[in-house]
Amino acid sequence: MNMGTVDLIVLALLGAASALALLRLWIGPRSPDRIVATDTLAVIATAMIVFLALLFDSPLYLDVALLYGVLAFVGVIALARAIEGNRT
Amino acid sequence: MTLIADAFLILGALFCFLGALGVVRMPDVYNRIQAGTKAVTLGSLALLLGVGLHHPDWWPKLLAVGLFILLTNPIGSSTLARAFYNAGVPVWNKRRPGP
Repeated sequence: MNMGTVDLIVLALLGAASALALLRLWIGPRSPDRIVATDTLAVIATAMIVFLALLFDSPLYLDVALLYGVLAFVGVIALARAIEGNRT
Repeated sequence: MTLIADAFLILGALFCFLGALGVVRMPDVYNRIQAGTKAVTLGSLALLLGVGLHHPDWWPKLLAVGLFILLTNPIGSSTLARAFYNAGVPVWNKRRPGP
């Protein structure tokens, strides 16, 4: 892996995005804010894992990204069901 | 080709950053969920396109990841917003700010 300027810029922007989502996760006044921050953070982490596949030059990380996306989606749906209650 | 791929990578990371900034700055749960979902989905797709332009033999897996993000992220956030609304999370109003 050899990192150029573009890779550093992309990593800095993605790291700043994760830091902002973590800030909302930290200071969120109520639990829905934290759930929204977790959802955003999961998609940012998926994009970051795909970028790590480019950085490490190994397509194995794409499978990891797909699995992470699936698990985040299932978690979000489960949280939504738990909030909504057994209404449906 | 490398230049276009780098431009897409930076664009995607920038949109991810702007989406996270919207999650922090917006005043309400519903504003936050729409800012986060739309901008971050677009940013992830642009970043995936940039990675695919760098490595053209990774297209099938990248297409799977991109289609999955494009299909499930709006569905998940819509379900979350409906659950919040049904659970009685207050909607932000400009006249009486703050929930």
